[in-house]
Amino acid sequence: MLLLIQYTLIFSSVLILVALGGCISEHSGVINLGLEGIMVIGALGGALTMRYCNTSSAFVMVMLCMLAAMLFGCIYSSLLGVACINFKADQTLVGTALNLLGTAAATVFVKALNTAANPDDHSSEIEYVRARKMFIMNIKGFEFNWFMLVAVIAVILVAIMLYKTKFGLRLMACGEHPQAADSVGINVYKMRWAGVLLSGVLGGLGGICYILAGVSIWKFENGVAGFGFLALAVMIFGQWKPTRIALAALLFGLFRALSNTYIGFPSLAALNLPSNVYNMMPYIVSLIVLALTSKNSRAPKAEGIPYDKGSR
Amino acid sequence: MKKALRNPSVQAFVASIICIILGLLIGYIVLLFINPEGAAESILNVIKNFFTWSKPKTQLKQFGNTLAKTMPLLMCSLSILFAYKVGLFNIGVAGQYVAGSCACLYASLAWGWSWLPCLLFAIAAGAVLGAIVGFLKSYCNVNEVISGIMLNWISLYTANTILSKVKEVASPYTMYINDVNPSALLPNIGLDELFAKNKYVTIAVPLALLIAIAISIILNKTKLGYELKATGSNKNAAKYAGMRENRNIILTLVIAGGLAGLGAAMLYQTGYMRWECTQSSVPSMGFNGIAAAFLGGLSPIGAIFSSFFIQHITDGGQYVNTNFYSSQISDLISSVIIYLCGFVLFIKITMTNMLNRSEEKKIQRLKVPLADSGKDGDK
Repeated sequence: MLLLIQYTLIFSSVLILVALGGCISEHSGVINLGLEGIMVIGALGGALTMRYCNTSSAFVMVMLCMLAAMLFGCIYSSLLGVACINFKADQTLVGTALNLLGTAAATVFVKALNTAANPDDHSSEIEYVRARKMFIMNIKGFEFNWFMLVAVIAVILVAIMLYKTKFGLRLMACGEHPQAADSVGINVYKMRWAGVLLSGVLGGLGGICYILAGVSIWKFENGVAGFGFLALAVMIFGQWKPTRIALAALLFGLFRALSNTYIGFPSLAALNLPSNVYNMMPYIVSLIVLALTSKNSRAPKAEGIPYDKGSR
Repeated sequence: MKKALRNPSVQAFVASIICIILGLLIGYIVLLFINPEGAAESILNVIKNFFTWSKPKTQLKQFGNTLAKTMPLLMCSLSILFAYKVGLFNIGVAGQYVAGSCACLYASLAWGWSWLPCLLFAIAAGAVLGAIVGFLKSYCNVNEVISGIMLNWISLYTANTILSKVKEVASPYTMYINDVNPSALLPNIGLDELFAKNKYVTIAVPLALLIAIAISIILNKTKLGYELKATGSNKNAAKYAGMRENRNIILTLVIAGGLAGLGAAMLYQTGYMRWECTQSSVPSMGFNGIAAAFLGGLSPIGAIFSSFFIQHITDGGQYVNTNFYSSQISDLISSVIIYLCGFVLFIKITMTNMLNRSEEKKIQRLKVPLADSGKDGDK
């Protein structure tokens, strides 16, 4: 049971971080379908730090690792910004391209690193057993991961930013009615850039959190198994509101955690279902939830439409 | 020359070529960064693919392999572009492809069906998955990209579960269709002779080309195609013009799903590949289809060439010098190409603008001596 709670919390943290990223970007008017790729690149940044940084202080390690992931995600998301904001490209297409590019680039890069270190090593894996321990505090069998705290802080910060600050309200105006926002002197392009870069920061953070969740070795060929899209489902279910997103993430996190821990429950193990059924669970749940909640969607009105100053 | 450059299909062609060149260039730069020594040779090998072999017969045989894999890719890209014309981004193509593979493999291995029923079953499986996405989109307002991705994973795990019933005992792969049920293999109709007895070149090749042409005709010359495109450009306008917009959306995704399912049958029923029941990610065929569709300028005929190109460099990836590089470099190149395809609209507009500007200048140069004052200069 403790294990289930632990996994639920850590997977929810991933979903919260990434979904908040998607939420900020969509409020600014850009659909960020590239979150999956951003997660991979952020994870890469964090994993490289863990591999090459030899500090013994847990605090320094955690901070450096998070900073690297945020930086990598942020830089990578600027690819989306250039294409979708400045060049008015199709946001779905570019997002998809970023997802494919993220996995491919990370694989090529890690393989090249591994092969350079050892000519016989053609794997795309990075191992971080020692560094992972620094992220975890063991409280009577419960592995507390610092990212759980980070996720809670992120929810609070994003909620305050969106609803209580000038910046956040302006950002949301750009997603609802960019022409009106522009007419009162808000620079829509700048706001959208801010939205995309912030989503990159949060997406990268979510990525490193994801690979630290349950394992100490990560194979970059695998990407992040659709977690970026699960986060988008969480965001829609949360109706683009930070606090609701946090609750939605808990639900999805629970189902994701079940696939890791169902063996520990005699009643579930007795059902004798193949493990694939549990693997499928989060995706099935999200489909059902989306089908039930999308009808009255509160999506930002202008999302997905490139802003053109000249259009009416 | 200038008139030709204004032609939309010429513009699309030029834009695609620019994307390809930039994509390869970026791939080359990445290789240079990893190891400058063998970069030039490796990127050339990616471009050459089967030409890296010296014997003409081996070349021909490898060409046949690439061709056999081009056809499912072509089907996937047709699926994408067909849906895209109707305003839908069918990223679920990967899952529909998985459903198709699962259906045709299970039907052929477990039930012993012959090739045609297997093929049709695969189409049906893909179409059902497409229909689910379409239904959710039109009646529940679920974004087709997200539901598509969810279904990709659901179908992957389902296929893994179902196909482990027909897998070999000692390996995670499904049994050979060759051994269990040769009647499920697609007929060669003599095409294998043309490609140095490459048994993987089958009826799928002409069939796929015919379907590409058929899709082109449906989209451009029929009432159905017109209605679908109208629904894509404005759902409400189509509705008020008396078209059934929900039916059109579902129908589009059914057709798109069917195409993807057919594509899967075209690969797995040649026996070229077997399904790995422990695979943890969706086959990349569907995602490469996105690259092919956009690189082909979203035209079915263009997709034939772009699919071949994408498959060509994907296969070429295995000829890089693996002492330094990995074959995923071709995935990297094709994803860069997809990214660059986002700029196609910009490239086209820039081209038209440049043409306009040069024409304006020409007119002005002609007019300046005629006009006595600057007033009429800009007319």
